[in-house]
Amino acid sequence: MVIAIATLLLCQLAGEGLARGLGVPVPGPVLGATLLLALLFLRDKAKPVLPREINDGSLDNAANMLLANLSLLFVPAGVGVIQNLQVLRTHGLALALALVVSTILGLLVTAFVFRFVASLTNAEPQTGEDMQ
Amino acid sequence: MSGDNFFSLWVYLSRTPLLWLSVTLIAYAVADRFSAATGRHPLANPVLHAVWMIALLLALSGTPYKTYFEGAQFVHFMLGPATVALALPLYQNRRVVARAIAPMLAALVAGSLTALVSAVTIVKLFGVPQTIIASIAPKSVTAGVAMGIASELGGDAALAAVLVILTGIFGAIIVTPLLTLFGIRDWRARGFAAGLASHGIGTARAFQVNSVAGTFAAIALALNALMTAIIVPPVLGYLLGR
Repeated sequence: MVIAIATLLLCQLAGEGLARGLGVPVPGPVLGATLLLALLFLRDKAKPVLPREINDGSLDNAANMLLANLSLLFVPAGVGVIQNLQVLRTHGLALALALVVSTILGLLVTAFVFRFVASLTNAEPQTGEDMQ
Repeated sequence: MSGDNFFSLWVYLSRTPLLWLSVTLIAYAVADRFSAATGRHPLANPVLHAVWMIALLLALSGTPYKTYFEGAQFVHFMLGPATVALALPLYQNRRVVARAIAPMLAALVAGSLTALVSAVTIVKLFGVPQTIIASIAPKSVTAGVAMGIASELGGDAALAAVLVILTGIFGAIIVTPLLTLFGIRDWRARGFAAGLASHGIGTARAFQVNSVAGTFAAIALALNALMTAIIVPPVLGYLLGR
């Protein structure tokens, strides 16, 4: 478990280092995810050289555990809303309207453009399983 | 226990990170149980309900956010490793993803521009000050990136973070009923839209519903962080006429 968690942290550390060092406008953890993806592909090719915990499912378990509780991780930042109640009150209507309308438009345009281009390229939709 | 003793115990505990870390975990556990009990109903969003419960507790106990965050930072810190962990579902669904490169890129450009231009246009119509306009512009991307973009454009990073969270919660609540109403049944499109418009909270919602949707949400979250960082400065400059 220790090496599995260390692997996630090291990917992030390297990602932060690269993002800062190269001055690219990508967040460090996103570059870190790219590095972990590379490691997962490498795992298919070079199993014997890698530490046991990378191969035996420990890394996958650690990643899945974090993702299973992804919502929890946004709670501390969410509570930060209490610090900005003043601005939210002053410009409440404008901000609420902008958030609601742009989020709805953003969701619809994204989903429809995705479906439109997917149907042009004849890729079959991924439906199945019950929709909630 | 006498009143004085209780008070000194409270003074001691309320200053340790332990108390607010425990409160964060318990509030979330309660909110998540509630969400599970409703069959993951969109309105039972666990972030939303954990946030108001904690905010209420802070208000009632007169605890400043800074004190709260000293405990909660350990949870907040895990956002970084969790973002790294998104590579795992991406790897597991790589064949599905590889077949959808073209729709993803088209949806990224169209969706990212729509979210940005519509938000900025609306607040501009209301005559909101420019610092606030610069803070709402990056609202669809993950908090860390949004704060960077906002402060670079003369916005308020803390306000940007709040607008990001509110957008995330709203998107996570509305995505399921909205896209069902419009007949979008493709998990890839549903997930991609959730991750693009409402970043990590939308992605968490997508993973609750379907793993393919979660994977596409994670990709959209990453791509839109990059896309927004690139397009916000020129688009905002154009819309504000400077």
